Amino acid sequence: MDNSENVRKAIKQVSRLMTVIFVVFGVMAAILVYLMVDPTLSAFNPAAPTEEYVTVPLIDSDEDFDKIENGIHVRTGLVEAEGLMEVVNNCTNCHSAKLVTQNRMDKERWIATIRWMQETQNLWDLGNNEDIIINYLVINYPAKKKGRRGILTNIEWYELQE
Amino acid sequence: MKRRNFVKHTMLGSMTAIIGTEIVFGSSMPQGYMPLALQDPDPFKMFNKNKEMVVLNDKPWNIEAQAHLLDDKITPNKYMFIRNNGLIPENIEADKWTLTIEGESVKQKKTFTLAEIKSKFPQYTYQLTLECGGNGRSEFNPPAKGNQWTVGAVSCATWTGIRLRDVLADVDIADDAIYIGYHAADVHLSRDPNKEPISRGAPMSKAMQEETLLAFKMNGKDIPLAHGFPLRLVAGGWPASVSGKWVNRISVRNKVHDGAKMTGTAYRVPCNPVAPGEKVKDEDMCIIESMPVKSLITYPKSGATIQQGKKLNIRGHAWAGELEVFKMEYSIDFGSTWATCPIEKPVSRLAWQHFSASIEFPKKGYYEVWARATDQHGVSQPMVLPGWNPKGYLNNACHRIAIKVS
Repeated sequence: MDNSENVRKAIKQVSRLMTVIFVVFGVMAAILVYLMVDPTLSAFNPAAPTEEYVTVPLIDSDEDFDKIENGIHVRTGLVEAEGLMEVVNNCTNCHSAKLVTQNRMDKERWIATIRWMQETQNLWDLGNNEDIIINYLVINYPAKKKGRRGILTNIEWYELQE
Repeated sequence: MKRRNFVKHTMLGSMTAIIGTEIVFGSSMPQGYMPLALQDPDPFKMFNKNKEMVVLNDKPWNIEAQAHLLDDKITPNKYMFIRNNGLIPENIEADKWTLTIEGESVKQKKTFTLAEIKSKFPQYTYQLTLECGGNGRSEFNPPAKGNQWTVGAVSCATWTGIRLRDVLADVDIADDAIYIGYHAADVHLSRDPNKEPISRGAPMSKAMQEETLLAFKMNGKDIPLAHGFPLRLVAGGWPASVSGKWVNRISVRNKVHDGAKMTGTAYRVPCNPVAPGEKVKDEDMCIIESMPVKSLITYPKSGATIQQGKKLNIRGHAWAGELEVFKMEYSIDFGSTWATCPIEKPVSRLAWQHFSASIEFPKKGYYEVWARATDQHGVSQPMVLPGWNPKGYLNNACHRIAIKVS
């Protein structure tokens, strides 16, 4: 009887301790999340300049992070093809994928671009991924002949009111 | 593990969990920096830009206008292009901002606070044309690497500040000074603190011009953060990259400045003309100085349909780098015939000029209105792409809009 009473007491103590630890961790987590959203504690500083850019977490955790829609990798806008993830993982750490998707180059010039980034912009050695990445770029973002002056395209016609 | 490191690692861990991928270089991430995935997703709101502005790149931020957005005589912030080479600095404290003048040709290095800059020197306001050297790059063939600007990387706002020459006169500078180079607070894309995203400059002759400003106001207000708050250089008529943003240091050099994007092929064109696609050695590339003559039809927006018998009123701006535009023409028959139209004098040197015309069309159908400016030396805009160059700079080919008469 005594023994089981002791055990029950011990369990109670342990569970109380657990609750305290849980609450402490909960509060810490809340503070950390807050710090992450507002690292400068600007909410407590009403004099902070309004010019600062607001930071808002925007990731919808329900969505597939690497979702493909109509052959496009939604998160980056890159074409889905062999080598996509190698490009995502090596080419979008420093700059946006938009810098890739708006360019069209032949093999020689894509390679020259990679070399330039390696020599001057801290791009690492791509190792075995280099050929995969270059093939992806040359196949999906090749140089297109444009001539000396193209026709006007994407004209949105409208009635001019004056 | 030190507590601070623990907190930092925990934060990184949480950020990683939210973003869902490892943050490369996370350990060197500056304190207080928010990874892009956590930043405000709406750049138009964040930068106070009009929704019709076109985002070319979001890391680094590069945003351009469309021709019809540039109709104002003085470009408001909402239509001003953004060209960044690195990450926009955060947590700028204007009241602690300083500018240091140093370099080989400075006998005694000197530092000014922003307050001193504003109070110690006379202030001037000029309307100045700033055009990105790569404006129009998207048309080059073979294509040139970089942000594919179409026509909208140009602006002409009013800038208020002090003359760079007044600050330089306040510092003891040796006779061998030939160039200035700026250094700024923006962060390299790789977040390597030893690398500068961009550090360009100009020869002393440009630095000493009356209109070359160290500016702290744009259109009468504090410069917006994306455009260089609290202090930037403004060197109108030259590639806008000379007009460094967030400037905190100026080096007075006894040689051509060799900062980031001054060397190699950056902001340079072949010294002698080359065939399209030709390889050019670095030593055969020359630094771009004054921008070439150019114009833009800002009204109406391309795609206008009008009734037969009605006149079409057009208007726009023309500019010519260091020079003035002397003649403005338009054509509705692909350059077979040109009509001259009036061009206003600039409000001051290096400000763009305004033209307008009223056009009659002979019959129904599809037309293009082409505009062509000519500078004071008789040099005109080409109708086709000008000389090809490896990085796709200086495309000043005639602008045109589509018109239908029904």
